[in-house]
Amino acid sequence: MTRLWALVVKELRALLKDRRARLILVAPPLMQLFLFAYAATFELERVPIAVWDEDGGREARELLARFAGSPHFAIRRQLHSGHEVAALLDQGEVRAVVHLAEDFGARLARGEVAPVQLLLDGRNSNTALLVQGYAAEVVARFAARGGDGAPGLTVRSWYNPNLESRWFFVPGLVAVLSFSLTLVVTALSVAREREAGTFDQLLVTPLSSWEILAGKSLPGVVVGMAEGTLILVAALLWFRVPLEGSLAALYLGMVLFALAAVGVGLMISALAVTQQQALLGAFLFLVPAVILSGFATPIANMPEPVQWLTRLDPLRYFLVVVRGVFLEGAGVAALADQYWPLLPIALASLAAAGLLFRRRSS
Amino acid sequence: MRARRLAALLRKEALQVVRDPSSIAIAFAMPLLLLALFGYAVSLDARNVRLGLVVEASGGPARDLISRFAQSEYFHPVLYRHFAAAEADFLAHRLDGILWLGADFEQRLAAGETAAALYLNGVDANQARLVAGYVEGAWEHWRAAAGRAGAVLVPRIWFNPAAESRHFLVPGLVAIVMTLTGSLLTAMVVAREWERGTFEALLATPLERGALIAGKLLPYFALGMASMAVVVAAAVAAFGVPLRGSLGVLGGVAALYLLACLALGLAISAATRSQFLAAQVALFATFLPAFMLSGFLFEVAAMPAPVRLVAELVPARHFVALLQSGFLAGDVPALLARHGLALAGEALFFLALALRAMPRRLA
Repeated sequence: MTRLWALVVKELRALLKDRRARLILVAPPLMQLFLFAYAATFELERVPIAVWDEDGGREARELLARFAGSPHFAIRRQLHSGHEVAALLDQGEVRAVVHLAEDFGARLARGEVAPVQLLLDGRNSNTALLVQGYAAEVVARFAARGGDGAPGLTVRSWYNPNLESRWFFVPGLVAVLSFSLTLVVTALSVAREREAGTFDQLLVTPLSSWEILAGKSLPGVVVGMAEGTLILVAALLWFRVPLEGSLAALYLGMVLFALAAVGVGLMISALAVTQQQALLGAFLFLVPAVILSGFATPIANMPEPVQWLTRLDPLRYFLVVVRGVFLEGAGVAALADQYWPLLPIALASLAAAGLLFRRRSS
Repeated sequence: MRARRLAALLRKEALQVVRDPSSIAIAFAMPLLLLALFGYAVSLDARNVRLGLVVEASGGPARDLISRFAQSEYFHPVLYRHFAAAEADFLAHRLDGILWLGADFEQRLAAGETAAALYLNGVDANQARLVAGYVEGAWEHWRAAAGRAGAVLVPRIWFNPAAESRHFLVPGLVAIVMTLTGSLLTAMVVAREWERGTFEALLATPLERGALIAGKLLPYFALGMASMAVVVAAAVAAFGVPLRGSLGVLGGVAALYLLACLALGLAISAATRSQFLAAQVALFATFLPAFMLSGFLFEVAAMPAPVRLVAELVPARHFVALLQSGFLAGDVPALLARHGLALAGEALFFLALALRAMPRRLA
């Protein structure tokens, strides 16, 4: 036990040995959190648009006034002919052009369907669809004005009534940032010692493989949990994301998740001969793990075989835990399905790492 | 004499790249993996939205509306008689949304009141907003088909008529891939030379600093351009992304971007002189910004002003804008001037930084 403790202390010292090393554990993740919490947004406000009104009548002006009044649009240009449209959209000066034909008012007066043409820049397909949605809302409200009544359909969003993307991404960043840091730190830990030759010295000490494994993984778990807590505090105090559920449920998930992350990191580290290979291995795991986790794009949109593959991704489960606890007020019972898959991932990867320690050094 | 020295250094560096399987993996395996993930697995387009339809009304209009949802490729409707049953499935994440048509649906519709309610899980705000858009679209079409006249929106999406997210994501991926080879690999490799002392040995040779940097960078430049070519070819051939701009412009812009990446990687390695630190810094200074701040996934225009300012400093932001235009819209001179100049400026700045970080003599 004292031997194990000595190893843990040595590992932590190696991680926190100088100011530069300590800084690298704290500063970049926090910087990333702030940058990305503000960057990762799909909400659009004041989208630059141009209007091309060939009608010019009262009805047309009223509709365009509604576009001008919407917080989602900012009218940058009034066009008088069609030949400017292409250049404006090409150069990205405006994201959309609203076009009303000469007979817009006349059609409305005759009680016919009056088309409102919307030309969109599709280079960012997601933006195009969102802008289209905002425009549809403006037109629907215009169409429903007066005697015709409400648009007929109301929309309510549970858990996040104002549909703030930040509430979705900030809890996600707690998971993603602590995952990437834990993975890189542990992946490089054994490889660095291998390159320096000190790992062989560690192997000839009376420590067993399992003690070395425990000594290498505990500091990783500590670093991962500390990182997660740091970002959690920032999410609560700075971003004011509501924490509806229990911290116990969150931390149960975090322990299991940190174990799984450390297991994967050490397994990569045990396989690698050099630090460069270890980093590459960490990357080859990290990038698909983040992409397939549901962090930015929903798992439900992925093809069936890929969805099956995401079940091997520890990040996937912890993301559900973090978001569930933060926004949906989930407790331990509701998250049981997310906890247990982390256990086999952690156990299998840690065991593989332990076995590989000795094999590779012969 | 000078040329021969440079040639010898180039040969040595090239051999080092070719003999290390992990450089080849970063340059070719990683790009293809990313391409497969983004071209095939990731999609922002909601398909098969599991929509619970609670139908307490039984008349013709309600039936007509239901059949519209059943036929749409966006929805996978599930019918319920009572709201409570649908709510239970919604809370257990078995449904993405509930559309509730009450018993007095037809009367309210006729009276011009709010007749139906749509409930969504707002945790994933973007997805919720897209689903709301789909349902509202289906609703509006249904009402228009029911003979209601008035203003209707007729959208037309340029450059990407079906609004496929793949056509938007894959061009940006070229930037991500080149960042990996350009910055991460270079930073690690040169940091290792510092750790081992072989870099100091090179400094002791009569090679000038400029030649030294050129010799270090050229093999990775070739590697980066090759991995770009692989990704562009795969994007066009395997994923059917149109390439409307010219290859020459694309290559020129890519070369500028790669130069900026390589210089940054070199500066990081010289500043940290440790593989561990270089890896951490390269990850946070190059890869993650290329992913999050470049417009590859998130719209730069939607970010708050201070973040937009930071994004302007990220070379990937300019490269991604040029890639998305180059693939989907063609060569747009105004955009080329703005982002091309920014890229050139950043490449020069990072080269100067790398030169400064590289000591002339050892302390």
